Amino acid sequence: MAELRTEEMILNMGPQHPSTHGVLRLVLTLNGEIVEEVKPVLGYLHRCFEKHAEAMTYPQVIPYTDRMDYLNAMSNELAYVLAVEKLLGIEVPERVEYIRVIMSELQRIASHLVAIGTYGNDSGAMTPFLYCFMDREKVLELFEIVCGARMLYNYIWVGGLSHDITPEFITKTKELIKYLRPRMKMINNLLSYNKIFIERTAKIGILPPEVAINAGVSGPTLRGSGVKYDLRKSDPYSIYNKFDFDICVGTGERGVVGDCWNRYIVRAYEIEQSLRIIEQAIDSIPEGDVQSAVPKRVKPVAGESYVRTESPKGELGYYIISDGSLNPYRVKARSPSFCNISVINQISRGHMIADVVMILGSFDIVLGCIDR
Amino acid sequence: MGNIFTQWFGDNLLTYILIPVPILIYVLVFALYAVLGERKVSAWIQNRIGPNRTDRFGLLQTILDTLKLIQKEIIIPNRTDKLFFRMAPYIVFTSVFLGYAVLPFSSVYIGVDMNLGLFYFFAITSLGVIGVLMAGWSSNNKYSLFGGMRTVAQIVSYEIPTALSAIVVVMLAGTLSMQKLAVLQAGGVFNWFIFGGPGSAVKIFLIPIMVVSTVILFMSTLAETNRTPFDLTEADSELVAGVHVDYSGMMFAMFFLAEYAQMFAVSGVVTTLFLGGWQSPFGNLIPFLNTPVFQVFWFLAKGLFLVFVQMWLRWTLPRVRIDQLMTMCWKYLIPITLVNLFLVGLYIILT
Repeated sequence: MAELRTEEMILNMGPQHPSTHGVLRLVLTLNGEIVEEVKPVLGYLHRCFEKHAEAMTYPQVIPYTDRMDYLNAMSNELAYVLAVEKLLGIEVPERVEYIRVIMSELQRIASHLVAIGTYGNDSGAMTPFLYCFMDREKVLELFEIVCGARMLYNYIWVGGLSHDITPEFITKTKELIKYLRPRMKMINNLLSYNKIFIERTAKIGILPPEVAINAGVSGPTLRGSGVKYDLRKSDPYSIYNKFDFDICVGTGERGVVGDCWNRYIVRAYEIEQSLRIIEQAIDSIPEGDVQSAVPKRVKPVAGESYVRTESPKGELGYYIISDGSLNPYRVKARSPSFCNISVINQISRGHMIADVVMILGSFDIVLGCIDR
Repeated sequence: MGNIFTQWFGDNLLTYILIPVPILIYVLVFALYAVLGERKVSAWIQNRIGPNRTDRFGLLQTILDTLKLIQKEIIIPNRTDKLFFRMAPYIVFTSVFLGYAVLPFSSVYIGVDMNLGLFYFFAITSLGVIGVLMAGWSSNNKYSLFGGMRTVAQIVSYEIPTALSAIVVVMLAGTLSMQKLAVLQAGGVFNWFIFGGPGSAVKIFLIPIMVVSTVILFMSTLAETNRTPFDLTEADSELVAGVHVDYSGMMFAMFFLAEYAQMFAVSGVVTTLFLGGWQSPFGNLIPFLNTPVFQVFWFLAKGLFLVFVQMWLRWTLPRVRIDQLMTMCWKYLIPITLVNLFLVGLYIILT
């Protein structure tokens, strides 16, 4: 009798798939419902950012950085602008630094809310997704007040900001802080501590700290594995060393350290920490002119600079080489999502299709950031 | 306990053609407005407004959607098994609709009051699995295939707790006829089978068992209709839409119709078995509320309430994974129902 032969099945998940968070393609090798191998195929959203940047003057690159990680435009601008300022060697006024920190923390809240909401959506719960987007809307309204744009701001300029903040912004921010805390409690009750949700995410896709560090994983994904590493503390940039906040790590409160649930919950905790930073910063913004240090012409001397920042997705760095002209000679972005997704094959082997969706969601990738 | 159509038109062919007409009309209207209802319920749960552009409160929304679906071209991909692909939606819908034949809408209106009613219902509605599997296989699409395979595993497994928790009632009532089951629960809310059915004060021991049985039956019917948290068949974040992936136009609408029709059908069964069917909750206190027309009202009200609970659950809970679904069925629900069955048997022997 001929031996029964079973074949592995290759399933293309994406580029058009509701839970690949954009145009990512995952080539799954399946044995029934069990995943044997995951191969991410990237490049569907490649927009030649780095090459474009070579043809632009330094300030003209800023809108392009907005479009890299489009859920997180402020932090992208901040990282790029810090790198250019380092190249120029200019000091920015204290007021600018404060506003930049407030903006990037607000952006972190908005980005994490999207992460939490879409993660709920991946697990089949549609309602938390809409709740999170409602709350994110409030943050976007704040951005709208200061610069008119809701997603892609071009707000942080080399040496300053495009607009100063208004008193309305300050009162609204304080209202937001008051509003968001009970909302987060509600979302946690609805989703984070939901029995089915925990069953779906706990002990799934366990990422050991050594693997994470070797693969260059960073941000909440790394902290979910219990590694206490946050660039805001371990390599402070801007004025983060002035504020008091905690680094949230996965503690294995549910499941085990390094699993999807711990990666997820780090984001929920971090929203609270961001609120703390904003609370401290909003009351102590010094007076000053936000454009006093903006150079007339950005023309750094030949040289190079690298600045790394803690974006909501992880370590975001910009490496800029200047040849002394108005355009950068080379801009290289170190994108957190790109490094984070590199471990997906290692940690999803042996899980089921539904788990791959959860693992992918727990990285909180943005394809604009991966493909640039 | 005759059928009112037989009384009016006599026992002839015309009667048998006319009997299903009100049910068919009801199913279509229900499906249309249940879709709207679902969208409204989800909107309220999510702090949205929901459809409101078509007539007042969006009342025409689903009717216009259906019109659009009818107009659309039915696209049949090249490599599908054409015959099965075309047949599948109709098999799914027909099997669900046939189940309505034994739902007692009122003491004077039931499709067929056969003495094996309950058995017939479970047998005929599980035929829908074949349609879903057909759709999954014939689409020649990996996502559809996964959806189809999952459904079969899921529905076949959940048939067991469904049947076992229904048998508890059958043992107490001693009949499989749906109409007789409803009649037995006359006399107010405490004579419903969720509270142990009609009987002496000893039945107080039955109440916890029956409540557990009701919940289990409701859960398993939820799994059989493929609703969240058990909607693995069409899990949109994993399988995109499962077996529906390649369907378009009216063929897709048939699947949709079948899903909503089944939502009410299973609610109707839970109602008839445990919640008193068409009996008024006030028993004979207000005789007026026990007239046949009001009986229809009670039956629909109870059924629609359960449909609402299904929607409520859908918009609150995440989805379980396939192995967790199976674990729950085989390791928890079936043992519990078996224990229930044993306890009820003991009760019957002792009393």
